[in-house]
Amino acid sequence: MASESGTLTSSEYISHHLTNLTFGKLPEGTTRYDGSVVGEGGAWTFAHGGEAADMGFWAINVDTMGWSIVLGVFFLWLFRKVAKSATSGVPGGTQNFVETIIEFVDDNVKGIFHHKNPMIAPLSLTIFVWIFLMNTMDLVPVDWIPFIAAEMGIGYMKVVPTTDVNATAGMALSVFALIIYYSIKQKGLGGFLAELSFQPLGKAMLPFNLFLELVGLLAKPISLALRLFGNMYAGEMIFILIALLPFWAQWVLSVPWAIFHILVITLQAFIFMVLTIVYLAMAYDHH
Amino acid sequence: MNINLTIIGQAIAFAIFVMFCMKYVWPPITAALAERKKKIAEGLDAADRAERDLQLAQEKATENMRKGKEEAAAIIEQANKRANQIIDEAKEKALEEANRVKAAKEAELEQEVNQAREALRSQVATLALAGAEKVLEASIDEKAHAQLVEKLAAEL
Repeated sequence: MASESGTLTSSEYISHHLTNLTFGKLPEGTTRYDGSVVGEGGAWTFAHGGEAADMGFWAINVDTMGWSIVLGVFFLWLFRKVAKSATSGVPGGTQNFVETIIEFVDDNVKGIFHHKNPMIAPLSLTIFVWIFLMNTMDLVPVDWIPFIAAEMGIGYMKVVPTTDVNATAGMALSVFALIIYYSIKQKGLGGFLAELSFQPLGKAMLPFNLFLELVGLLAKPISLALRLFGNMYAGEMIFILIALLPFWAQWVLSVPWAIFHILVITLQAFIFMVLTIVYLAMAYDHH
Repeated sequence: MNINLTIIGQAIAFAIFVMFCMKYVWPPITAALAERKKKIAEGLDAADRAERDLQLAQEKATENMRKGKEEAAAIIEQANKRANQIIDEAKEKALEEANRVKAAKEAELEQEVNQAREALRSQVATLALAGAEKVLEASIDEKAHAQLVEKLAAEL
């Protein structure tokens, strides 16, 4: 653990900050970080160092889930509070703020998605605000929360859920499921398959068409997930690198980078939202 | 960067958040926004209407004022005319009256002069007769001389 091992090398510091707090089952016979070997039946525990890889799929990143749920609940709590007291009269400060966001999202949805669907707008709002909040965790100085966690005996704490590919992929796959669902709902299974097979080159080139369209289809969730993940991961990485500088020099780089990052976190949340709307509009449209 | 259960956990959390948002967050706020939009539209309409009403009222007021002024002018003119008429009438009447009075007085005067002349004439005749009587000291045929004296008196 960071606090126990005393001084860290730079690479240890970086990899520590980029490791999730993973809870899962270590398989039998795994050699643990301290040299002990997991006994019969495996062991449920928090991963240490590279152990998360040994846990395979059946493990969960507690920090990612925790922070994302906390932020999501905060978002819903804030907006629900406004929704309950929403007045058509003169809005107060919070209501004004919330309304601005809602109108912004609504304008975007109306501009891109021209069909009737009561879910698209709330979906877009959730995506935008939730991702924005998760990204904003990036602006919390990189050592604060991990340090507090370490003091509490928690070895790893990655506070920006969107720097975990699981978080972004989870959302991207949900969006992907919606794309498939609405494609089939709007065009029928046959229509959807026809769209995948009979264009762009006509029926004679069916295998080629299918290959091309499937790649295009699969690229949607993957690009959604990796764009957000990549941007936030890279941003976080830069913050961590800056944190390696002597403390009196850090502000020279961290302040401009943080200011620039205000743009990035908003932009990434916005891009994820807009692409989701675009993809769903494409699912509705007949080509 | 290990793909694990978190991916499903995130998807579930995401789905729950979206559903909550769709049920309890989005509808009330957009409803409030729509209602405010309606209210503002109504307010603007009302303002427009009020402005139109005001303009109409102003036009009416101007029209009324113009009419009132015209009426007043007509009345004043009429009154002036009437006044002039009255003055003229009064003048005429006064003139007439004056003439009448003058004529009456003249007639009266003439009559008095005639009377006086008559009286004087008779007195002169008498006086002349008396004078002649005295001068002549004789009885004179009054009848014969009276004719003479009267002729004399008439010449006076």
